[in-house]
Amino acid sequence: MTTDYTSMWQELGLDLAGHDALLNVLGTAYTDIYLSQKNRPEGMGYFDFVMSEVHGLRIKELMDEKAAGRKIIGSYCVFVPEEIVLAANATLVGLCSGADFAMEKVEQLLPRNTCALIKSSFGFKIGRVCPYLESADMIVGENTCDGKKKAYETLGALVDNLYVMDLPQTKTDQTRDLLKAEYMKFKTAVEELTGVTITAESLKAAIDVVNAKRAAIHRLSALRKADPAPISGLDALLANQVFFYDNPARFTESVNKICDELETRIQEKTGAFPAGAPRILVSGCPQAVPNWKLHMIVETAGAVIVGEESCVGERGTRNLTADTGTTVDEMMDAIVDRYFEVDCAIFTPNPQRLDHIQEMVTAYNAQGVIHYGLQFCQPYLMESIPVEKALEEKNIPCLRVETDYGMEDAGQLKTRVEAFIEQLR
Amino acid sequence: MSSDTTAVRYAGIDIGSRTIKLVVVDGTGAVLETFQADTGFDPMTTATALIAKVSFDKIMATGYGRNLFELSFDAPTVTEIKAHARGAWTEFPDARTVLDIGGQDSKAIALFDTGKVKKFEMNDRCAAGTGKFLEIMAATLGFDLEDFGAQALAAEKDLLISSMCTVFAESEVTSLIARGEDRKEIARGLHTSVIRRAAGMINRVSSDGPIVFTGGVAKNPCMVQLLAGKLDREIRIPSDPQLAGAYGAALLAAEAGA
Repeated sequence: MTTDYTSMWQELGLDLAGHDALLNVLGTAYTDIYLSQKNRPEGMGYFDFVMSEVHGLRIKELMDEKAAGRKIIGSYCVFVPEEIVLAANATLVGLCSGADFAMEKVEQLLPRNTCALIKSSFGFKIGRVCPYLESADMIVGENTCDGKKKAYETLGALVDNLYVMDLPQTKTDQTRDLLKAEYMKFKTAVEELTGVTITAESLKAAIDVVNAKRAAIHRLSALRKADPAPISGLDALLANQVFFYDNPARFTESVNKICDELETRIQEKTGAFPAGAPRILVSGCPQAVPNWKLHMIVETAGAVIVGEESCVGERGTRNLTADTGTTVDEMMDAIVDRYFEVDCAIFTPNPQRLDHIQEMVTAYNAQGVIHYGLQFCQPYLMESIPVEKALEEKNIPCLRVETDYGMEDAGQLKTRVEAFIEQLR
Repeated sequence: MSSDTTAVRYAGIDIGSRTIKLVVVDGTGAVLETFQADTGFDPMTTATALIAKVSFDKIMATGYGRNLFELSFDAPTVTEIKAHARGAWTEFPDARTVLDIGGQDSKAIALFDTGKVKKFEMNDRCAAGTGKFLEIMAATLGFDLEDFGAQALAAEKDLLISSMCTVFAESEVTSLIARGEDRKEIARGLHTSVIRRAAGMINRVSSDGPIVFTGGVAKNPCMVQLLAGKLDREIRIPSDPQLAGAYGAALLAAEAGA
């Protein structure tokens, strides 16, 4: 890193020693996993830069926004509508939850058998190493799985700005009304925080910004259908992860630029992997930065990941928000309709997810599916069994993986993944 | 490939957590030589010493040490899943199910008619239900590993062992010993607990037909008998079950070299 951000981190109240250690690990992992890849698109240089400055320049930008009176809102879930945040002239950022940190302290507050993602979010808070969380004016929790909703009760004592949003768990007219009521409440809370009243103009503009960001990711996803795959799964995953952190307009522009390059690569038949490399769809739990474990194991074994059926991936970015509304209420309805389609495993029943997995297998020409489950994530681990069954009925091989952020199972995971790839060849 | 298929020699080396196995076959797949050694703490030195004993034209590595071997000898690798499947299927071409219990892994594999892997289950993370588990339990009970199965078979009944975790099972066993229970019966209970887990894995990949049982644990007569009883399916044991992975790797080396 070229600029010294120490004083900024100090002002944010970060634990500098712990934070340095974290950045060191992150930097080494990024070099080993990302920079060692061959045949990367040049446009990935943008993401290399973003990652090298993920706790630096990006935080500086947020601090500058704050100095100019803009509010920062942090979230842990794709159900928090960015449209509402942007329309109130605030910025939405995803909060750190992709690495183990301060685990001994976390396990004083949460049971050991809590999923890695929840434990991680606590570790970053207790260890004071997430500058996004420390710079946030409001932290939004959401009642998704049991683990998260109970954990927010505990998190509430660790921060003074937690806002918890309720979410339905079934999909009916009544529960849609519930989601609408929650989004209206959230809108009011954001307006109170920012002092900005959301208008039809500001909401329309916000919908356009977020839709453009999603459309860019859709374009990137569609290009992954090509064989040879023009971009690695690791790089595409990174773009999906940075979706949650970056300035939306700049992100959109950068992803579109990469897509232009990928189109040329496809024409020239240049791939990140050779033509005919086994193609795998990953489906299941979200993989937050810097959780690159499964993608790394799969792609160093010679297969290419062509899609993520995940919140950090297509489940999170599927569908645009309809931009046909003219009043705030019409647009809020469009927002509710868009998010109500998200097929998270907290919903019961959740048949759309099964349909989407099969659609994605066909669309991306995947030969097999790896179901990625975080240990102790009951909703996705439960769904993994019917998912495997449905895929096998269609003769689509499926490997169910259950893991966490630690590396002690990397050897066995590698053997299982390699055997699965042998199955596909 | 040479027109005289017997002239070319293909080796398979299976670098497991406990032992390293080496099998050499000719172009028809007939076994020419086999070797075995304890892995020890320095698998590459052991492997190097083993391969110095034989001549071969091509070699393929499998087992947990395969990647280390690949780096040292620039040899192709195959997972132990595919290697055991190939070794077992070649000896028993009508088999569609393989159970391999090795030193630190156990896996159940379903095969297509062609011998290709259709589906597999593998233990993750811990030594539960593996050779290592039996080894530690044999030591706890004061049995030789080679004699452990025979002693367990001699028991009149099973004692229920509920824990599959090596650490917890060891304390469970200690408390059973302290209660004055017969150590043969404890041994049998431990075998039963491993079989319960193995049967669960098999049932997740296949429901009928004979099962080829490979890996070092297939040499244990109590395991074989309990497995047959539990699943009511025919159990087939290769001539040397511990060599199935190395044999499969040698066959795959021959296939790749052809």
